[in-house]
Amino acid sequence: MLDDDLGVRLQKRFPRNGDSAFTLDVGFDVSAGFTILFGASGAGKTTLLDCVAGLQTPDDGSIAIGGTVLFDAQSRRNVPPNRRSVGYLLQSLALFPHMTAEQNIQYGLAALKNSEREARCREVLESFRIAALAQRRPGEISGGERQRVALARALVTRPRVLLLDEPLNALDAVTKARIVDDLRAWNNRHQIPILYVTHDREEVFTFADAVIVLESGRVVAQGLPHDVLSRPQSETVAQLAGFENIFECSAIGLHAEQGTMTCRINGSALQIEVPLTRVDPSQPLHVGIRAGDILLASVAPQGLSARNVLYGSINCLEQRDMTVIAKVDCGVEFEVHLTPGARQSLHLETGSKVWLVVKTYSCHVLQDRDRFSSD
Amino acid sequence: MITQALTLTLRLAVVVSVILLAIGLPLAYWLAFSRQRWKFFVEAVVSLPIVLPPTVLGFYVLVAIGPLSPVGRWYQALTGHSLAFTFEGLVVGSVFYSLPFAVQPMAASFSSVDRKLLDASALLGASAWRTFWRIVLPLGLPGVVTGFVLSFAHTLGEFGVVLMIGGNIPGATQTVSILIYDQVQALDYAAANRTALLLLALCFALLTILYGLRRRSAWNVWGWK
Repeated sequence: MLDDDLGVRLQKRFPRNGDSAFTLDVGFDVSAGFTILFGASGAGKTTLLDCVAGLQTPDDGSIAIGGTVLFDAQSRRNVPPNRRSVGYLLQSLALFPHMTAEQNIQYGLAALKNSEREARCREVLESFRIAALAQRRPGEISGGERQRVALARALVTRPRVLLLDEPLNALDAVTKARIVDDLRAWNNRHQIPILYVTHDREEVFTFADAVIVLESGRVVAQGLPHDVLSRPQSETVAQLAGFENIFECSAIGLHAEQGTMTCRINGSALQIEVPLTRVDPSQPLHVGIRAGDILLASVAPQGLSARNVLYGSINCLEQRDMTVIAKVDCGVEFEVHLTPGARQSLHLETGSKVWLVVKTYSCHVLQDRDRFSSD
Repeated sequence: MITQALTLTLRLAVVVSVILLAIGLPLAYWLAFSRQRWKFFVEAVVSLPIVLPPTVLGFYVLVAIGPLSPVGRWYQALTGHSLAFTFEGLVVGSVFYSLPFAVQPMAASFSSVDRKLLDASALLGASAWRTFWRIVLPLGLPGVVTGFVLSFAHTLGEFGVVLMIGGNIPGATQTVSILIYDQVQALDYAAANRTALLLLALCFALLTILYGLRRRSAWNVWGWK
């Protein structure tokens, strides 16, 4: 762990009535740059950020920035939120409605001398292009502008870590991208860890330096976005990486010399060839296939290297923007994406007989969470 | 006579509402934000004067400040005279009597302040003290003003507690409402009518100003509502 990394190891239990108790149990380090915390709603993302900021107290574990301990269950150390130097952009932004943008931004600078305070405020107003709004109140500016004011307010205090809880959710893509660009530019100069919570997978691809995937209160994958997404090992990551087809399968034959194994998709007689993976044959496994990785043929294809050629009929066709989404019944339903041009030249209709072609290496074996965590 | 009673009443109302402002702000803050289990108990005690007959409250205060209680003896040793049947005694009784009228609107408007704003304030390094003065108080100001004005108006019109604790001493404890009672007892309906009208006009004017203030857009601190 480097000097200014955020280190988090914590447990927090939420006893609920009856069977649905929830436990947040995570451990990870975050370095300077954008780390995206990805997970479905209810995975524990906001609770995790609240614990780092000091708004909620974990049951066990420790939280530190570099050598500064913010929370430690063993030594009973728990620094209150106002002494943590953690910038936290709440989902609701929580701008003070009775203050102007400038007053909001200067709120956290009470300890500074007037001249210093004004200089810092000017700098951040310019960094986030909101100098013109300085004298307006939150109720008088747009959503994107409020976003910028809230970011400026959090960053002007020079926090050692910045936490963002889905703050850009409500914004259109262009506004969002501009704000992220400005935030990136700011962080190129200041180099602090930024932990960014989202359940929007587009954001992961757009600007993550690292990804942490949270599933039911546990970290199921973490690392560089490319590494995490190219070899997904859990269902949440697979959804994150855009696997429209996820099947539960049983391994029925291992072919070590060919580097493949044969799996039967549960609930059907369909067999597919997938890359050889170290699995327990007695346990079901999941196979993910991207809809865009599947080839569609209107006549039986021949002379292919691809090991999986499946025969079926089109259940439905639907066009969304420039993508045609075909649902094909091959015993189980596959989702296939193709271009409108391909649809035309193959004369595809509902009910058309088609062949699906899937390369072995387009079939990704996803490991169960328990298996992954014990590795 | 009426001028004397009116001056006394206004002086009592000013002193009581200022004291209640000082007591009410921290008490209302505590009621709005505390997570103590026995908060409900304090809430019940604060609201008690609303339902209690003024004679009951006045009786207990009278006993408490009388020479038989430790408080009364302590006060007598300190000042050389008893609290009963004095202006100071009236102040003590009135503070209890008008307490809910000051605290309840304040607590209600404090608890309507978005908790996320308090979190945001702490995350920006502010202490609880600074958060109160910069966030909770400005955003809860309508409730504070309401509490102040209501406790003022309520003290203007009180009767039972004053009669129990203060008796009916012109210039010392005879307030306007006691004066009216006096005039009616003396069958001087013309005088009673004038005095009653005066009190009615005063209270009505106060409440009109209060609610008029709250309607004005400048009062709307939220800006977008």
